[in-house]
Amino acid sequence: MKYQSHHRVGDQPWLRRTLILAAVALSALLLAIPLVLIFTQAFSAGWGALVSNIGDRYTLHAIGLTLFVALLTVPLNLVFGTALAWLVTRFRFPGRKLLVTLIDVPFAVSPVVAGLLYLLLYGRNGWLGSWLADYDVQLMFSWPGIVMVTIFVTCPFVARELIPLMQQQGTEEEEAAVTLGASGWRLFRRVTLPNIKWALIYGVVLTNARAVGEFGAVSVVSGNIRGQTNTLPLHVELLYQDYNIAGAFAAASLLAAIAILTLAIKGVAEWRQARLLAREPADRNPQ
Amino acid sequence: MKNWLKGLVIGASLASTQGAVAAEQQLLNTSYDIARELFAAYNEQFQEYWQEKTGNTVTIDQSHAGSSKQAQAIIQGLKADVATFNQVTDINILHERGNLVPENWADRLPNNSSPYYSTMAFLVRKDNPKNIQNWDDLVKDGVELVMPNPKTSGNARYTYLAALGYAQETFGDDQERIDQFVADLLGQVKVFDSGGRGATTTFIERGIGDALLTFESEVLNIADRYPGEYQVVTPKVSFLAEFPVTWIDEYIEQNDTEELAKAYLEHLYSEEAQRLLAGFNYRVHHDAVKAEFSDRFPDVKLLPIDQIAGSWEDAMQTHFASGGKLDQLQRRR
Repeated sequence: MKYQSHHRVGDQPWLRRTLILAAVALSALLLAIPLVLIFTQAFSAGWGALVSNIGDRYTLHAIGLTLFVALLTVPLNLVFGTALAWLVTRFRFPGRKLLVTLIDVPFAVSPVVAGLLYLLLYGRNGWLGSWLADYDVQLMFSWPGIVMVTIFVTCPFVARELIPLMQQQGTEEEEAAVTLGASGWRLFRRVTLPNIKWALIYGVVLTNARAVGEFGAVSVVSGNIRGQTNTLPLHVELLYQDYNIAGAFAAASLLAAIAILTLAIKGVAEWRQARLLAREPADRNPQ
Repeated sequence: MKNWLKGLVIGASLASTQGAVAAEQQLLNTSYDIARELFAAYNEQFQEYWQEKTGNTVTIDQSHAGSSKQAQAIIQGLKADVATFNQVTDINILHERGNLVPENWADRLPNNSSPYYSTMAFLVRKDNPKNIQNWDDLVKDGVELVMPNPKTSGNARYTYLAALGYAQETFGDDQERIDQFVADLLGQVKVFDSGGRGATTTFIERGIGDALLTFESEVLNIADRYPGEYQVVTPKVSFLAEFPVTWIDEYIEQNDTEELAKAYLEHLYSEEAQRLLAGFNYRVHHDAVKAEFSDRFPDVKLLPIDQIAGSWEDAMQTHFASGGKLDQLQRRR
């Protein structure tokens, strides 16, 4: 019976097969089939119906608004996240640990609660909102409010991707650059950025995916005005409740397509990065 | 911000189109969840009417969600010109919390500012096997009921009040028998769903229960959708469920839409609009339209909230608050 001790857990063929089968079945049931279903439902009434569903005035507006919100959110969070990660990994100061914890607040808080907080603060009866209303500035129930909550909900993604990497890489290379007389901007562009490019792209991809898909927080501050403040996820729900199933799935397939496109961009970025690394291994960190 | 932009746009268009007649106007209507098709149809009708009357084209934006959520949004600054709700309490709150409408808002349009109304009715299965005709048939042995939960659903509170009204009519001053009747009725309920649509699904898709208690408009819609499979029973006495509308004084002043907003709501009382509303299975006030749809809407003695419970505030406090009458009666089973 001694030879049995060489077997690791999971080496028995039946167990291996069962585990693989379970994994495949679960991924199919939870991921693949729903995704396929979105597209089959969207195409169920044919290409013509899909095009006319997407070409609907309100759907087009929802697409435009969603992309507009993402276009404002992603660059802002890119700059914010990078600056924050730089700050907490390259400097020591009192309250640094607290700041690192605070970055996670948007992850910990439910998006609906986040939306309500903004409403209580910036709404007509809110602390800041009543003051702004005197100057006829309305943030909630219009696009600025939607952008604000989306920024809140997505702001940890970039920083969260960068911080562990930048901590692990340490500061040696940057210290060397400073010793050699590199300016701040040059240091960032030639030393830091090439090192974090990967994680940065990944953070941007996640930010974008979440910004496009956010429902809960946006639902609270949007006011649900069709053709004005309805984003694509809200529009999917609205069409579904209208019993317009084909329209709902057409809009949902657009969201899914955006998600797949984002993943494709990430894939290409990773591949190009890997190729770059393979081609010039010695020249990875110029200067 | 929106107004600032609007002002700029209006200023620019005034400067550039001096002398042009037709103007572009905009109106925002906040409404309850299941009124989308209704107002999509009405808006088209109103746009034509308004074009003919004034020569102006009007764009009407719609916002739909639960009517309490909408009231909150309006209080927090959603600058809606008009509110078309399904609960009086949600407009009252616009006065109480935000002072956005005057206290007497309900007196400003006919019929308590409720251009259409509905009542609570029953949907029973084909050929009415349990022979349900009125409220007292619902408490007979072996009859199972489906309705939403009065704790969470306005729809179910209406049914509760309707049953209470029937008991008051039947048992007069005998409070003990009134309470016992309502307790018995609640005891017959097999499933309390959280909302009206959920109760409909339980009754139709899952096939549970002998009678579904909900809005007459919903019951008629279902009967239309599944011809021959269900039967509509309208009890002899029921609750007057109002669908109140109001313009929002504070915002129509800011948006400069006073004339338009008032016309939008007043037109709901016109013959063509009332016919459209009746087509969506709501009861209306216009005599000619009423006569046309008399087959759909049998005569019912409709009891208003004042008669059953004094007022909405009293009803909420006495019956639906924690530890109120509803809780006590449910514990009797």
